[in-house]
Amino acid sequence: MKIGAPKEVHADEARVAITPESAGHLQKLGYEVAVEAGAGEKAGFLDSAYRDAGVEVVDDAAQLWKIADVIAKVRPPTEEEVARLEQGKLLISFFYPSSNEKLMELAKDKGASVIAMDMVPRISRAQKMDALSSMANIAGYRAVIEAGNNFGRFFTGQVTAAGKVPPAKVLVVGAGVAGLAAIGTSTSLGAITYAFDVRPEVAEQIESMGAQFVFLEFEDSELPDGAATGGYAPPSSPEFQAKQLEKFRELAPEIDIVICTALIPNRPAPVLWTKDMVEAMKPGSVIVDLAAERGGNCELTRKDEKFVTENGVTIVGYTDFPSRMATQSSTLYGNNIRHMMFDLTPGKDGQVVHNMADDVIRGATVAHAGEITFPPPPPKVAAIAVQKKEKPKELTPEEKRAAEVAAFRSETKFQVGLLAVGGALLLLAGLFTPASFMQHFIVFTLACFVGFQVIWNVAHSLHTPLMAVTNAISSIIILGALVQIGSGSILVSILAALAVFMAGINIFGGFLVTRRMLAMFQKS
Amino acid sequence: MELGFTNAAYVVAGVLFILSLGGLSSQESAKRAIWYGITGMAIAVLATLVGPGAGLWPLSVILIGLGGAIGYQLATRVQMTQMPELVAAMHSLVGLAAVFVGINAHIEIGRVAAAFTSAGLPFPRAYAETPEIALASVAVAEQFRGFAALVAKKIPVEITILQIELALGIWIGAITFTGSVVAYGKLSGNSSLLPFKIDTAAKKLPGGHALNAAAAALSLICLVWYLGSGNGLALAILTLAALFIGYHLIMGIGGADMPVVVSMLNSYSGWAAAAIGFSLGNDLLITVGALVGSSGAILSYIMCKAMNRSFVSVILGGFGGASGPQMAVEGEQVAIDADGVATALNEADSVIIVPGYGMAVAQAQSAVADLTKKLRAKGKEVRFAIHPVAGRLPGHMNVLLAEAKVPYDIVLEMDEINEDFPDTDVVIVIGSNDIVNPAAQDDPNSPIAGMPVLEVWKAKQVFVSKRGQGTGYSGIENPLFFKDNTRMFYGDAKASLDALLPKID
Repeated sequence: MKIGAPKEVHADEARVAITPESAGHLQKLGYEVAVEAGAGEKAGFLDSAYRDAGVEVVDDAAQLWKIADVIAKVRPPTEEEVARLEQGKLLISFFYPSSNEKLMELAKDKGASVIAMDMVPRISRAQKMDALSSMANIAGYRAVIEAGNNFGRFFTGQVTAAGKVPPAKVLVVGAGVAGLAAIGTSTSLGAITYAFDVRPEVAEQIESMGAQFVFLEFEDSELPDGAATGGYAPPSSPEFQAKQLEKFRELAPEIDIVICTALIPNRPAPVLWTKDMVEAMKPGSVIVDLAAERGGNCELTRKDEKFVTENGVTIVGYTDFPSRMATQSSTLYGNNIRHMMFDLTPGKDGQVVHNMADDVIRGATVAHAGEITFPPPPPKVAAIAVQKKEKPKELTPEEKRAAEVAAFRSETKFQVGLLAVGGALLLLAGLFTPASFMQHFIVFTLACFVGFQVIWNVAHSLHTPLMAVTNAISSIIILGALVQIGSGSILVSILAALAVFMAGINIFGGFLVTRRMLAMFQKS
Repeated sequence: MELGFTNAAYVVAGVLFILSLGGLSSQESAKRAIWYGITGMAIAVLATLVGPGAGLWPLSVILIGLGGAIGYQLATRVQMTQMPELVAAMHSLVGLAAVFVGINAHIEIGRVAAAFTSAGLPFPRAYAETPEIALASVAVAEQFRGFAALVAKKIPVEITILQIELALGIWIGAITFTGSVVAYGKLSGNSSLLPFKIDTAAKKLPGGHALNAAAAALSLICLVWYLGSGNGLALAILTLAALFIGYHLIMGIGGADMPVVVSMLNSYSGWAAAAIGFSLGNDLLITVGALVGSSGAILSYIMCKAMNRSFVSVILGGFGGASGPQMAVEGEQVAIDADGVATALNEADSVIIVPGYGMAVAQAQSAVADLTKKLRAKGKEVRFAIHPVAGRLPGHMNVLLAEAKVPYDIVLEMDEINEDFPDTDVVIVIGSNDIVNPAAQDDPNSPIAGMPVLEVWKAKQVFVSKRGQGTGYSGIENPLFFKDNTRMFYGDAKASLDALLPKID
C-alpha cells in the first residue's frame, strides 16, 4: 500500500506528517511512501531529501490523494480534502471530532476510515503515538522562548561589574505536559519558577522539574480528582476558583512572565488571569497564553495575535507554537504517525489491518467502514492509577507526646513481663538443679545478653564478615576436644582428635576469610 | 598449670571475643576487631593445652597445624563469590566436632561408671558417703584424667544434667552438620565435593513437616530413654533423628532463603558449643557458644525483617500462602544492545547500579568496578543500591564490590537510596530479580507481596542485564521487565559489561 503526506493547506501550518526519517521506518513496514512537492519545505525537509530517502514526490495534492491509500496529515482536513477520500482509504490526522461533526459525516459517507491523532487513548502502551503530548511538549518549550523574546531582561539573576540583575519570576499555570515542559525550560534558563495546578498530585512532578508549587489551603474532599478524567484536570468548584484567583492576585505584581496552559477537555479554557491581574503586573511583563485556541486563560488574550496592553504588558496569543518549531515538531509528529502505522501493520507487510478490537486503534478511530465510531467506548485499562487521597494526619505535639508515652509504656510492660517470666523460670530451675549447673547458667545468660546487645550495632554491610567471624569463633568447640584427647580410651582419643582437626580447619579458615573480606573495604 | 590460670586466660579470651564482634560496627574498627578474635582464640587454645586435663598435647598441636594448613588453603584459594558455600561448609565442621565431643562425653561417663562398678563402688556417687567409700572413690577417680576426672566427682543429679546437656549438644550439632551440608550443596549448585547433587528448589519428602515433628518426637523419647538408662543405643537413635531433621529441614527451604538459613545454622553451631560447654563445665565454651548463638539468631531475625517475612515461616520452609491468583503481566520485554546502553550512560548524569546474585555468578564485579571508575571519571554520579537480601548471604554484594575495589561510601543500603530513584537517569540492574520486583508492592497476591524492594522502576531508564527471559530464584514473573522505561540487556553479565566498557567514552 502507499502512504502519502500532502502539503498542509492551512496558510500558517509549517509542519509535515512524514519526514525523510520516518519515511524510512514506514518503508521498513512494507509501505511505499509519497509526499506532495514542497510538503516539507517549511519544516526544513527539501524534496531532494525525500527523494534521497526513496520517497516519491508527487506534483500536486489531487494526485497525491488519488494514489495514496493512507493519507497522513497534521491539521484536520478541509471539506475539500475530505471530498477527495474514497472507499477504503484511511486518513490519519488531528481531527477534533467533537467540533468537526460535519467532516466526520462527510468521511463516513465517502466510506473512508479516519484515525484522529488527538483521540489516541492516554494509556502507557499508546504513549509512543500520543501526538497531543509530543506537540504540547514543544508548545511548552516554545512558550518560554517566545516569552523570553518579548521580555526585556535576563532570566537568570546576575551580579556583574555593571550592576546587579534580579532573576525573572515565571508562573506556569497548569502543569500538564506543556506546563511541565515550560517549567523545565524556564528553570534551565535560570528563572525562579512557580507553578500551579488544580490537581494536587502533580505537586511532586512540579517540584521534580525544579519549580515551586503554588499551594492553596483547601479541604481534601473539595479537591478535584484527575484520575476520573484520564489524567486531565476536571472543572473546579466556584469556592476553589475564588481561592485560586485570590492567590494569583497576590502573586501578580511580582511575576514577570506568566505561561498559561490550563485546559479542560471539551470546554472553553477557564479564565484564570483576569484583567485586574494584568493591570497589576509590571510594565515589560509577558503573558503567553497556550490556551488561546479555546479562548485563553487570560481574560485579555486575543487569538493568534501578540499585543501590548496599556500598562505595557505583552500578551502572546499564538495558537501555532508547534508549527513555529516545524522541524522539531514534524520529526516528533512523524514518529507518532509511524508508531501508529506500526500498530496498524501487525504483519509488517505494508497492509493495514484496522483491528477495532485493539483499545488504542478503536479509541482513535472516528469513522470506519461507513459508520461513525465516535465517541469510543471507555478504554478497558484505566489511564492512570486512582490517586491516593488519605494523607497521614498531622499529629499535634501533644498527640505525638501521648503516643510516645503510650509506646514507652507498652514497651516497658512488655520488657517487665518478659523479665518476670524469665526470672520466674530461672528461679524454678534453680530450685531443682545443683549449684554447679547454676554457676555455668549465669555465665550463659549473661553471654546471651552481651551477644544480643553487641550484634544490633553491626553495620549492615559487615554482616558477611560477621558471619565468617562468628563461624571462626564457634570453633571454640576445640577446647572440649582438647580436654578429651588425653583420655585413656582409644576411641575417645580418636574422636577427640578428629574434632580437634576439624575445628583447626575452621579456626584458620574462618579468620583468614574474614581478614580477606575486611581488607577489601576501602574508602574512595 | 593450675585451673585458676586457665580460667583467667578464659576471661581474657572471652572479653576479646566480645570486642571482636562489637568491633564490626564500622569498616575501620572491624580490621582491628578481627585481631582481637584471633588473639582470643590463640589464648584460649594455649591455656587449654597447658592447663589441667589436657593430654597428648604434641598430637593436639600437630592436628591443629594440619587443620590450619587445610583451612589456610581453603581460605586463600576460594573465590569471593563462593564465600557463602565456604561458610556453610565450615559450619558443618563445627557441628560434627560438637557431635564427636558429645559422644566422647557419653563414653567417658560409661568408662568411669565401669571403673567404679568393678571396684565395687556406687556410681554416680552418693550425696552422703562414708569416709571409706569416699577414699576408695578418690582412688578410683585418680586413674582418670581430664574430663573423665571431672565426671568421677559427680553426684546423681549432676550426671542427669550432664546427660541432658550432652544429648542436647549432640542433637543440635547433628542438625547443624547435615543442615550445613545441604545448605552448602544448595549454594554451590553442583559441587564435586558432594557425592550427590542437591536441588536448589525447596523440596520436601512426602509428609513434610509431620516428618520433622515425628523425628523431633522420636528424639525426645530417646532422650528420656537415655536419661533413664544411659543406654548408648538411645543416644545413637537420637543422633540419627537429628541428622535427618537437619537434612530435611534445610532441604525444604528454597535457595532464595539461604542467607537466613546460613545465619541460622551459624546460630545453631553456637548453641551446640554452649551445650557442650555445659556438659564439660567449661565457661569459655558456654560464653562463646552463647555469643555466637544469640548473634546468629539476631542476624537471622534482622534478615527476615528486611524481607518482611516471618522468621518461623522461613525456618519451617516455604513461602506464606498467597490467596488468589497472581496478577498476569502484560506487555513485552524489549531488548537493547550494548550500543544503546552506552549511549544512555554517556548522556546520563546520575547512575545507580543494583547488583544481585547474577553478578556474583558471572564474576562480573570487577567489570562493574571498571564501569564505575570510567563513569565517575567523567564526573557522573555513580552509586550502588544494595538490597538487604541481595545475593546469598547478608552483605554478600558489599563484600564482592569491596573485593573489586569499589569505594564503600558510594555503596548504599536500600533505605538510604530508595527515595533517590525518581531523580536518577539510568539504573542498571545486574543479575537481580526479586529485589527489584514491583509486584511486591502492587500485587497483594504475589508470594513476595509486602517485601520491601528497590524502586528502580521510578528512574527515568532501567537497563536489566540478565541471562535470558527466565524468572528469578523464587520463580516469580517480574513486571519490571515489561515496563515502558525498562530495556533488557540480555547476556552473561560479565560478557555484557565487557562489551559495554569500550563504548563508554
